[in-house]
Amino acid sequence: MTALLKGRSPIDLVFASMTALAAFTVCLIMLGVFVSLVRESSLSINKFGAFSFMFSSDWDPVKELFGAAASIFGTAVTTALALFFAVPIGIGIAVFVTEIAPDSLKGTIGAAIELLAAIPSIVYGMWGLFTLAPLMGKTVEPFMQKIFGGIPVVGHLFSGNTTGIDMFTSSVVLSIMVVPFIASVSRDSFNQTPSILKESAYGVGATRWEVIRDVVIPYSKRGVFGGAVLSLGRALGETMAVAFVLGNSKRISLSLFDAASTITVTLANEFTEADTDMYLSALYHLALILFTLSFITLAVAKFFINRKTEEHDR
Amino acid sequence: MTRMRSRKLQSAIALTLSGMAALFGLFWLGFILWDVLKHGTAAVNWALFTEDPVPPGTEGGGLRNAFVGQLMITGTATLIGVPMGVLGGTFLAEYARGRAISRFISILADIMVSVPSIVIGTFVYAVMVKPVKHFSGWAGAVALAMIMIPVVMRTTEDMLSLVPWRLREAAFALGAPYYKVIVQVVYRQASVGVFTGILLSIARVAGETAPLLFTSFNNAFFATDMGKPIASLTVTVFQYATGPFDEWKAQAWAASLVITIFILAITIIGRGIIRWKYGNK
Repeated sequence: MTALLKGRSPIDLVFASMTALAAFTVCLIMLGVFVSLVRESSLSINKFGAFSFMFSSDWDPVKELFGAAASIFGTAVTTALALFFAVPIGIGIAVFVTEIAPDSLKGTIGAAIELLAAIPSIVYGMWGLFTLAPLMGKTVEPFMQKIFGGIPVVGHLFSGNTTGIDMFTSSVVLSIMVVPFIASVSRDSFNQTPSILKESAYGVGATRWEVIRDVVIPYSKRGVFGGAVLSLGRALGETMAVAFVLGNSKRISLSLFDAASTITVTLANEFTEADTDMYLSALYHLALILFTLSFITLAVAKFFINRKTEEHDR
Repeated sequence: MTRMRSRKLQSAIALTLSGMAALFGLFWLGFILWDVLKHGTAAVNWALFTEDPVPPGTEGGGLRNAFVGQLMITGTATLIGVPMGVLGGTFLAEYARGRAISRFISILADIMVSVPSIVIGTFVYAVMVKPVKHFSGWAGAVALAMIMIPVVMRTTEDMLSLVPWRLREAAFALGAPYYKVIVQVVYRQASVGVFTGILLSIARVAGETAPLLFTSFNNAFFATDMGKPIASLTVTVFQYATGPFDEWKAQAWAASLVITIFILAITIIGRGIIRWKYGNK
């Protein structure tokens, strides 16, 4: 640090320290979040154990018995299913925008897809609750039940009453919300494929799809993977949209058509109602788990997504 | 020849599928926007902006309190977040340019951009609400500012990095100290980009609900005291949508429409400016 400040005028020193201070607030906030979450959840960590808390499916505010298993289960199922829908669609959109669409449409379609990411999650929630959920519960889910319900084992995933307020609807909403992230990160990495590689492939007679499959995608798989992990991190932490359509039930059910709960939904619904210290502490324990999970996920994503401007011209 | 034909067919199928993926994405965008527009326009009226909520069951009333509260919270967040973000970005792109510390903070900021906003809410609750034992508008503003800082910081860093180094050297050669070079040369060059980044970051936080739930909370009455719980549009939508009254639902749709139009307008304007200034990016 001293090398940075050597030989500067006093005003420059003041300005430099101000900027440094502002930049370091990022570290301070992140550290502060972690420390305060650990401190606030200490009651719960001491009583239930930092890790055994994650495997207990208790959630009884009256008896003050808490466990994260139901919330973690809901989070895992909804995000996994959301990515299952979103990854192929996101990659498809990126392929379309970079390799197929006419130049005049490229920008417009890309921008429109990115608008999906700009719509606030509370609006997704409103739409999910009042429009998508009834549609799902009355039409889509009974239809799926008819097709898949008879299959042994798999049929369990589609059993039960179709209310539309369930893990399946939540996953659909989540997948729409994360598609733009996968699409835009994939698009950026597709665009980085050197055109000489693509032209060579065309030169030896490859079809468009073969160029995409055998040249563009292998060349940019790091980025595409990073995009998928980024959207995983996004889906993990999404709160409001899911809070509307998941039903906040602490029962672990194998059917996708049952209500469930995620870490975020539990926090959103119960945080202000937590009337005992232990209850609040258990909620902080959940928040700590979520923070750690998403931090690791996002760090991994960051590692895979190449930074475009690596070298500065200094 | 048949092999060629099957390869061509395969290609056509794959390309059609990717076209359908794009259509699928556009379909959801259209579906959601149309739905919000349909329900929202039916419920928007002048009273929504000029009157305060009335007890459920009574006719009329509006969400003036929530509009004012939202403006105050977002405005305060901007006043905190923008200077911090711009200064921090300046450090990353100028004073610490190319150093490991700059890279480290930059990556950390990128991670912080995507940290679940509800976690930020619980953090602010622990440091600003629990000690004083009541919710406050300030806490809400700080929570939003924390989401804003890394966004503004990263855009500022990127925009300042786009300014050619030669420009700075020219100013150095005239004997200008670094701070003067930054303020009078670099900022001036990057102003449009930084401004756009700020605009987009406002759009980003204006639609946030989760970090406000446990910080600014909600208030059924008109209030401008930032030291007390204060209403916001987003939290009001959450409360009204899950409430039992039809009038509440209608108002929640109206508020959703206003939020959506505001945010999409800012986003489109911001993207437009970037495109116009920096080419097709």
